[in-house]
Formats: sequence, structure tokens, C-alpha cells
Amino acid sequence: MTAPAAPATVSPALSAAPAPVVVGRPGSRLPRVALPAAVTIATVATVGLYLAFRGTATLPHDDEAAPFLFLNDVRDWVDDNRNESPLFLYLVNYVRLFIGGVFDLFAGALRPVDPPLLVAAATALGWFAGGWRTALVAGLGFGAFGVLGVWEASVDTLALVLTAVLLSLLVGLPLGVWAGRVPRVRRALTPALDVMQIMPTFAYLGPMVLFFQIGPASAAVATIIYAIPPSIRITALAVQQVSPAAVEASTSLGATRWQTLLTVHLPMARNTIVLAVGQTVMMALSMVVFAALIAAPGLGSAVIRGLSRADVGVMLPAGLAIVLMGIVLDRLIMAGARRTGHPGGPGARRPHRSRSRYGTAAVAGLVFAGGAVLGLTALGGFPAAFEIRIAGPVNEAVRWMQSSWYDTTEAIKNVATEGLLNPLQTVLTTAPWWLTAATVAALAWRVSGVRRALTALGCLLAIALLGLWEHSMETLTTVVVAVALTLAAGVALGVAAARSPRFAALQRPLLDAAQTLPAFIYLLPALALFGATRFTAVFASVVYAVPPVVRLVEDGIRGVPPTVVEAALAGGSTRRQLLWKVQLPMARRAVLLAANQGIVMTLAMVVVGGLVGAGGLGFDVVSGFSQSADFGLGFAAGLATVLLGIMLDRITQGVERRPSPPQQKMRIA
Amino acid sequence: MRIGSRVRLLAGVLTLGLAVSACGGARVADGANSPAPSGSGSGAPAAAGTVKLAVNPWVGYEASAAVVSHLLKENLGYTVELKELSEQVSWEGFETGEVDVILENWGHDDLKKKFIEEKKVAVEAGSTGNKGVIGWYVPQWMADKHPGITDWKNLNKYADLFKTSESGGKGQLLFGDPSYVSNENAIIKNLKLNYKVVTGGSEAALIQSATQAQEQQKPLLFYFWDPHWLFNRVKLARVDLPPHTDGCDADPKKVACDYAELDLDKIVSKRFADGGGKAYELIKNFTWTNEDQNSVANDITNNGMSAEEAAKKWVDANPGTWQAWLPK
Amino acid sequence: MLEETVAAARKVPPDPTGMTSGSAAIDVRGLWKVFGPRPEQVLNGPHIHLDPTTLLARTGCTAAVRDVTFDVRDGEMFVVMGLSGSGKSTLVRCLTRLVEPTSGDVRIAGEDVRAASPAGLRALRRHRVSMVFQHFGLLPHRRVIDNVAYGLEIQGAAKAVRHRRAEEILSLVGLAGHAASYPDQLSGGMQQRVGLARALAVDPQVMLFDEPFSALDPLIRRDMQAEVVRLHREVGKTMLFITHDLSEALKLGERIAIMRAGSIVQIGTPEELVAAPTDEYVADFVRDVAPSEVLSLRWICRVPGDDEHLDGPVMAAATVIRDAVPAVLASARPIRVVDGDRFVGVVDRLDVLSAMAPRSGRSGTSAGTRSASAGGVG
Repeated sequence: MTAPAAPATVSPALSAAPAPVVVGRPGSRLPRVALPAAVTIATVATVGLYLAFRGTATLPHDDEAAPFLFLNDVRDWVDDNRNESPLFLYLVNYVRLFIGGVFDLFAGALRPVDPPLLVAAATALGWFAGGWRTALVAGLGFGAFGVLGVWEASVDTLALVLTAVLLSLLVGLPLGVWAGRVPRVRRALTPALDVMQIMPTFAYLGPMVLFFQIGPASAAVATIIYAIPPSIRITALAVQQVSPAAVEASTSLGATRWQTLLTVHLPMARNTIVLAVGQTVMMALSMVVFAALIAAPGLGSAVIRGLSRADVGVMLPAGLAIVLMGIVLDRLIMAGARRTGHPGGPGARRPHRSRSRYGTAAVAGLVFAGGAVLGLTALGGFPAAFEIRIAGPVNEAVRWMQSSWYDTTEAIKNVATEGLLNPLQTVLTTAPWWLTAATVAALAWRVSGVRRALTALGCLLAIALLGLWEHSMETLTTVVVAVALTLAAGVALGVAAARSPRFAALQRPLLDAAQTLPAFIYLLPALALFGATRFTAVFASVVYAVPPVVRLVEDGIRGVPPTVVEAALAGGSTRRQLLWKVQLPMARRAVLLAANQGIVMTLAMVVVGGLVGAGGLGFDVVSGFSQSADFGLGFAAGLATVLLGIMLDRITQGVERRPSPPQQKMRIA
Repeated sequence: MRIGSRVRLLAGVLTLGLAVSACGGARVADGANSPAPSGSGSGAPAAAGTVKLAVNPWVGYEASAAVVSHLLKENLGYTVELKELSEQVSWEGFETGEVDVILENWGHDDLKKKFIEEKKVAVEAGSTGNKGVIGWYVPQWMADKHPGITDWKNLNKYADLFKTSESGGKGQLLFGDPSYVSNENAIIKNLKLNYKVVTGGSEAALIQSATQAQEQQKPLLFYFWDPHWLFNRVKLARVDLPPHTDGCDADPKKVACDYAELDLDKIVSKRFADGGGKAYELIKNFTWTNEDQNSVANDITNNGMSAEEAAKKWVDANPGTWQAWLPK
Repeated sequence: MLEETVAAARKVPPDPTGMTSGSAAIDVRGLWKVFGPRPEQVLNGPHIHLDPTTLLARTGCTAAVRDVTFDVRDGEMFVVMGLSGSGKSTLVRCLTRLVEPTSGDVRIAGEDVRAASPAGLRALRRHRVSMVFQHFGLLPHRRVIDNVAYGLEIQGAAKAVRHRRAEEILSLVGLAGHAASYPDQLSGGMQQRVGLARALAVDPQVMLFDEPFSALDPLIRRDMQAEVVRLHREVGKTMLFITHDLSEALKLGERIAIMRAGSIVQIGTPEELVAAPTDEYVADFVRDVAPSEVLSLRWICRVPGDDEHLDGPVMAAATVIRDAVPAVLASARPIRVVDGDRFVGVVDRLDVLSAMAPRSGRSGTSAGTRSASAGGVG
């Protein structure tokens, strides 16, 4: 499908046109027959070299490696100079005070509001933004915070999320617009954004505590770091995508750059920028749990407590509240965006007459009923009478599963560990480092070209220099296995969904919910079923990364033009042949993109997996955060994770960079 | 014109900001909240103030925190913020005012030196009455079946028993939350044990493994501590490491001895000690036994009670104990 | 009917010499545009005259516009025609520096565009030159009226003023009543009328059209061409029109420049192009054009034979052959062709019929131009 053949010459006049300069895969110039042979030879050579040199030139782990000690010293210096160094006195501490102040503002405004009032306010906001449906979602969502018994924590989380989102957007949107208009800015920002997105959250919690100490300010900064890349990326993309014809028309009429920005770029990029806002909110919400580790007030604590006590019942209400908050905020933003959008635009809803009448009645009723019921009850927090307790039954179910599925889960775990994880880990940790490096470089060169191969190689060598070779290889093992399983499951489910609309319809809400849940939530069932092992981390990553993969594959297969499918069916293909010979090959790019996404998500989760026995870099990062002696190790492990992520990304990127819809760089995780 | 006025507004705000925070930059302590009432919680009965109580990730601590928090709220009218934090991070909170109280401190002489002696942001507030000791444990049935297994000298002999998919050919020593106090790696290295530390990630992982080891008769060697309710449910035998002597664990890299029995104590921020009033007095007076703690912890973990319910139950049953803690 | 309008639009037969007289609205001298790294160096280097493929391989640059020189008279409808990739769109963008030229001289109404300051350039774009685009470039979030008023808004005109003006222009282009619509509620042809109205609203001296109708259906395109001709007649602006469609060029252009690979290969009236292509490239283009549709009697009349009667009907030399057919056929005598009062030659049935036949045979018998048949079979 994607054979890089030169475009056929259409007319004699065009034959004088410049011949396409082939930039890209060097391998594609080789004769086709030669390739498998070369690959075979290379594989045999690699295996041979491995067998010959196994166990030599390994780089075993040392807790006292120089980079770690150096980072520890840096930490000690910062700790000692926090109240002396001008950097802190005049910059860092002000940033902390400012952000803390913004949080206090939100929290101070929201906390004293009576729950019924706040529910009513949310409902009203929903109605103004998008009519009675949105009002219903907002009202029920906020009401549920109380029903779940997590009202106060929800309000705190809301304040934190609003703080982080507001500040992210204040910085992110202008930067995004700038990057969208100036390619040089975009190029300068991209690597920084890559690092921010691949850096495991845990890895910057340590430095966060060091610079901003613990508390809401520090948590907000961590959340901003995590949430800002999509706001910049998507905004830049939106601005970039604005029809050049409209921009040119504006310029040709003598508009200044500023006028063009205000009258063309911003209005036309508006819908996509709204997406950026929504995405930023989602990212901020998914940081809620991590933020609790550095004393952010709110729902995160309950999840952490649930995890440390293996108590699903404690975790679930908070987890649900986070998901609900995500849904409500998302609906409010989308509805608000639609409402203020011009009515003639594509997909815009036209006002219909009935809305105002029935809507007003419904909302009035809702608000009145809610307000009355809630208002009648005591004013101390959310009325306890409405809270439902779900902890007990949920925990019973989990306990039952644990004891009655023990043999099955043990078997699954052991097969996967002995069959996949252990052999791969043995190979990777006993292979000489130069052989691994050469293999990675060759692979990247083959798939993505020389430049990316060099980047990948550079990353690997930097990992070695950081003193984290062995742990990185352990993490690589888990990532590789998890990505393989994710792809297998994701492609199977995606294909099933693409072929059966009913299955797709059943699956979709599950995927939606799975994508909104904070990553931490996945750890608990995995832990309950498989105990503290690497396989637990693999399992959690697979569950975490499968939904987007399913989506991409499903969309890819659905995206195959119907004429092609028709042609294949007309030619007498069976459904099976249609799938294997037409749909999957044509959806190849979607599948490969899914692999790339899967890698990034898996990597993120494997680090979290350090909490449940995954070892490797993940554990280093977690332990660096919680044990001061391991600070350097943890930070270095965070860097190593980034390097590992960039390496894997570069290896698989060759596929992604081919012309294709620009959305794919958005990496909505 | 509109832009002009906005610029002026911005300038005004900036000037104001600078004026407010003038005089040589912002120091960390500047931003700290005092323990004054922060008006949270709508309509709570005449809030006497807010106490920020760190909760470290084990259920024993949670039990103590729940009881103290119950008394602060119900008897003294305080608002209590429970902050789920790991041990070392909690100490950082003394500096910014995010944490007022650590209710159950396990040793941490280095942190005491740093935050109490050097930074002077925290002070000790006496013992909790609990005796704490960390150790390595096997299920009792293993001790019965494999004589001598509780002597560290024989551990290498039995290493094969403890092999798992995660231990890479060595025996497995299961560890808990990554943030717990730990000398495990040093002990294994210095005693030349053929074992590998595998981190379960939480107290729950330890409890679950220990329970399974009992029920399924599976070998298990793991890190655990007393006081803990688990001892009342699962029969465990402690492995005897070389006995603790004073200062044998001074250098974390050279530890080759067992953990010391600790007198668990309370640490509060300097600010709280100075201005915490009745709340501070209650916390200073708080002291109970391992049995008290275990009974509350057991209710939380095994009897389907929330921490508040378990605390209430204990408070209702033991008025004699806690009335002595109340400020006069 | 449409053709009549078009023909009628060409009120004044163009001066076949194509020489400029009086002031030039647009004056372009030696214009170059080189895309790629270090264009200046490449332009002055040794490789610039290589063919495009080699140039790209050696320098990484493409010369989109090569040494182009032409001028457009005040009030003229000037067409630049070429295939895609010939550099015509780049050329038109160089005129107001939407694309910055690499070298050369551009003057609009005498003002040196390349020397203009950013403010001067903006003033030029705001008040003197406006442009209509292939893909319309409308702003989807604005109503039609605000799209039309956009140029005035940019200039800082008050809302009432610009809306009044926009209403006028909308009725001029036949869109009265659509002011409150959004662009995506209109058909393609109507959308381009909005584009046209937007360009007209700022009352420019010069209008540039960049293939404005190539995205439209053939029928709509014909309407729009007629519309442009009408507007040209009514508002009398200087217009520069880019197209890749020869019939469009012939229909609209008073003069046509043919571009190939960045250079202009020929500039002339439609008649000149058809009758006397300068090279095979142009000849190839115009091969399928029926000469009778384009050429006037001037191009086929001949010195009367000795035996011919010179008392037949009189017709103007500028009459297109096809329009002369009825008269010629109706007359037994040769038609006398006059240019004003001057007798130019005669045309008889045979002359007309052979001009209408596929090109080969008898042609180029007159007017001393190079043989048109040379390129006919080419």
C-alpha cells in the first residue's frame, strides 16, 4: 500500500518536473529480494554473537553509581539553600506562593458553598452551557460526589484541577498559538514537550518536593507540567491547520499579523482549541492521584489509601468521583463551546424551539427538587442520609475472586512469567551492552532511517552512562511483553468491533470509562489477582493501554474505503480473506500507530507498576521519591525512562512520520 | 483605551504584589498557614481550628490517627485534615505548614536531626506508648516443618524454598511499601545471604501473601512489624538476625544486624507546639498500648468498619484511657 | 448569449502590437522567485539557468518565477495562463509580496512595491490591490456580510459604514439577500461571489484573480466568467487573471501571457496567440482552438485579386470570423474589410470556410505575421 514508488507521470509537461527526491527509509532502495536475506543474516549474526559473548560486558546495577551520588549532592545543596539562594528567594518561592494563592482562591470560593447550592450552581451552569441534558449531567455528577460520600475531597480536587487547568491554559494557549504560527518555535518546543510527556510522573514528584515542597502549590505545579503539553500541542496543531487560503486572504487585504491572529486564526482554530482545553482538564484529573502523594488535598488520598490497604471499597468512590468530574467538566466545556459557536458552522446545533420551554421546566424542577431535599437536611457537609456505602460488597467480591480464582491466576501468571518475561529478561540482562546497542541501532535504522537510529543509539548509551543499564533492560522486558500483549488484545477487540456493530456498541462505553479512570485504579484488581509481581504491572499496563489501541484499530479498519471492500467481496473474498488480505493490510498504519501509542502508555504504567513489584526503573523512581537516600537513583531512573521512551519512539517512528492525518501526533493518552 | 486601562490594572497588581512581598524575597516559611481556623467545612460546630495530621501508609498508624482525629473533632471541636503521605514526605510538610503532626514515628534519627535540630521546624511530642519492632518473618508452620529456619545462619540452606518467579533464582524476601524503613538490601549483602528483595508495594501485599502462605502452605519470608493485628490471625515466627546492638545500624550501608525495638513517638511542627493549644496537649498526652492499636486496626481491616467507625467503637469502650489525654 | 456578452465586453479591439501606451497599472521587470535554501546565492550563481531537475539536485532550489517582465495597462484585463507548476500563482503573489520576490522590480501605479515598508505594503494591500482566491479563503465563522466587510474592518472602518458598503457590493455581485448567511450555507459559485465582493469592497485600483473559478462546475464557471466581464465593464478596474484554462483565457483576456516553467513564453492578444504562436509550446496549446472563434477578419483578409469585385458588403476588421459567417455566406461578392476608414483587404466564402476548417491548409496569407500553420500540426 505504501510502496514508495515514484508518482506516475501524467503529462509530458510534467515530465520536466523535479523527480521526487527519496528521503526516508534507506532500506527501500535495496532490491526487494535482498531484504529478507539481509535480515536473516543479521539475525543469525546477532544470535551467534549473543551466544558467544553472553555474560560478558554486562553493566550490573550499582546503587552507589556516581550520577546518583551527584544528584543526591545537588538535592542536599538545594535543601540547604532554599532560604538563601536568590533563585529561590526571588523566583521559585514566588512561583510557589503565587500558585498556592490561586489554589486558595478557588478553594476558598468553593469550600464554604453548601453542597446543595453548588449542585444547583453546576446544574444551572450546565443549562446555560448546553441545555437540559448538560444540566442533568452536571447536576447528577455533582450530586454523586455527595452520594458517594466524598463531597469535601471532590471540592478540593475541583479547586486543584481548576487551578492547574487555568494556569496551564494561561501559559499553554499562547505558547501553542505561537508554536502554531512559527515553525522554529514549534521545533524548539517539541523535544521539551516529548520529555514532559514521557517522563514518568513519579520521577518529577521528587524534584517537585525539593523545589516547591509539599502541598497544593507543589501539586498544582506537577499537574501543570503534566497537563500543559496537550494544551500546547493541540493548540499549535489547531492554528497550523487553519486554512492557509483564509490566512492569505486576510493578509492580502492588508491585515496585520495581530489582526489575522484575532480574526482568522483564533476563530477558525476555536473548536480544536476547545478540544485542547478538554484534554488539559482530563490530564489534570488523571494527575489527581499522584498529586496526593505530595499532599494535594482531594480525592487522590483515598485512592492511595485504598491501594496501600488493597481496599477496593475505599478506592472506588474516589475513583468514580474522579471519572464523574471528568465527564461533567468535559460536557460543560464542549457544550459551552457549541453554544458560543456560530450557528452556521459545520456540526453546530441549531436552536430548536422546544428547548427553552421544556428545558426551563426541567431545570427549574431539578434545581428545586434537589435544592429542597438537600437544603432541608442538615447543613454540615453533604447529608449523610444520601450517602451510599459501596465498600463492603465490593470488598467481599474481591475477596471471593482472590480465593476462588487463585489457581487460575497463579497459572496465568506463571506461564507468562516463565514463558515470556524471564527468558527475555535473561537475554537482555546477560547480553553484552554493545550487542544490545548495535541491535537497537540496526533495528531503528531499518525501520526509521539513519538519523533516528543515531538518536536511539544515543539514548541507549546515555542510559548506560547514567548507571541504569540493568534496570532499564528489566523495564524494557516488561514494556516489550506488555506492548505485545496489548497489541494482541487490542487488535483482536478492534477487529471484532469493526466487524460487529453490536459488539462495538457494547464495548464503547466500557472503553470510555476505562480511559477516564486514573491509572492507579488498574493496579488494585491486578494486585488482587496476581500479587506483587512483574506480571501484575504487565497486566495493569495492558488493561490501561488496550482501549486506545482498540479504538485506533477499529477506526483504521472502518476507514478502509467501502469501494475497496466492495471490490474484494465482488471478487468472491470470504470475510476471513477480506480481513487478512484487505482490511488489516490497509489499516496497517493505524495498527502501527496503535503500537506507538501502546508503547508510550505502557511505559507510563510500567513505572507505576514499580509500586506493585515491577522492579526495574519503576521501582527506582518510586523509591527515589519516598526514600531520601535514593533521590539521585530515582531522578536518574526518571531520566532513563525518558531516554527509553524516546528510544522506543524513534524506533517505531519511521512509520508514523509518513504522510498521514496530523491528529496522530496528538498522543491523547 | 480598554487596552490602556488593562495595562494599568496589570501594572497596579504587579506593584501591589511586589509591595506586599517586598523585603528580600520569599522564604519558605512565609507561605505557611498558621493553625488558625480556616473556615472549612460548612457549619461545623464552632471550629476551634484545623489540625493537619499526616497518615503514613500502614493500618496501625491509621488506627491511632482515627482515634486522635475522633477526639479532636468530637471533644475539642477541631477540624482535622488527614493527609495520606509517606514517612519522609510527611516530615517535609513541617516546613511548609502542610503537616502539623506525625502520630507514629519509627526512629528516623536522620530526619530528627535535620528537621528538629538543624531546621528547627519540628519538636518531639513524646511516646505513643507503642513498642515497635521490624523484623523478618516466616509462617509458623515453616518453623515447625523446617527446624532451624528461624536462624539467619540457616537461611541460605533454605533459599530454594523461597524461590519465586520474581526472585531470579535466589530466595525471595518480600518487602512492603517502598517508603518503609528498610535495611534489607544491606543486611542481605553484608550477611552474604542468597536472597533478593522483592517489593510488594504495600502493607496489603504483605498481609495477603502472609495469609496465603498460611492457607495454601506456601513458603514465604517477609518483612513485617509489630504492633500489628496480623499476629492475632496468622501464626508467624520471627527470623533471628544477628541481635541489634547500639549503633550497629548507624551506617546504612554496613548494617548487618536486626532492627532495634523502637519506642514509637510523636513529632509535631514547631508552630503547632507553640500555637496548637488544646489540640497540641491532646496529642502530647496521647499514649496507648499495642493491643489498643491492634483492636482498632483489626476493626478497620477485617470487620468492615471505616476508620471513623472503628475509632468511635474504641472510644466508646475505653473512656478511661482517653479521658486522661484531654487537656485539663 | 453568454458569448455575446463576452464578445461585447471586448469593446475596443486590442492594439495588435501589444505595446503599452500611457500609464501602466502594473509594471514588472526581471522578476525572479527562487524557493529553497540561500536563494540569493543561487540566483547569482552559475546554476540558475540549468533545467529545474538539475537545479534542484545541485542547489536544492526551485526557480518558480524566472526573469518575468510584463506590464498591465490601466483598466486592462490581463490574463496569465499556464499549466500547474508553471509559476503563475507564485507570480501573482509576488506582486503584493504575499510571496517575497527574490529579485526584480514590481511597480503598482508607479509605486515600487519591493521597496515598500511593512506599513506601506499594508496600505497597498488595503487600498490599492485586492485579490480573489482559488479556494475562496472565506472565513467560515463570519456571516457573508462580515466576510465582505472584512477588508474595511481591517482598515478600521466603523461597523455601520462597512456594512452599508458591503450591502452595496453584495447587490452588485447578485447576492442581495444572502448577507446574513454563513459561507458554508452557500453554493460554490455563490461563495466565490462573496470572495469577489470582498475584493471589490475595498474599492481597489487593481484586482488579482488567482484561478478563481477552477474549483467550480463548468456551468457555474461560465456564469462567473460573465460576471467578471460585466464587472470589468462596470467598475473598470485593472484586472490580472490567473488561469490554467485556455478557453477562459481567450474569453476574458485582452492580452494573455503564457507561462511555462517560470518564464513567460509569449504575451499577446488572443488572436496573436492563436494566429502566431511564438513556439511549439504555445502552438500546442492553441492547436484545438477553432480560429474562427478567436480570429478576426483582419487575420484572413487578403489583397483582392484582379478579377474580384470590390463592391461587396463592408465589415470591420475586428469582427470575429464566426460572426462574419452569415454575412459572407449571404453575399455573392467578397466582403470588403475595413479598419475604420482604411481598406484592409477582402474576404470571400472560401477564405471563411477554410478558416473554420481544422487548421492546416490555407492560412497565414495575410498581415505579414509568421505562418500560423507552422504550429498547427506541430
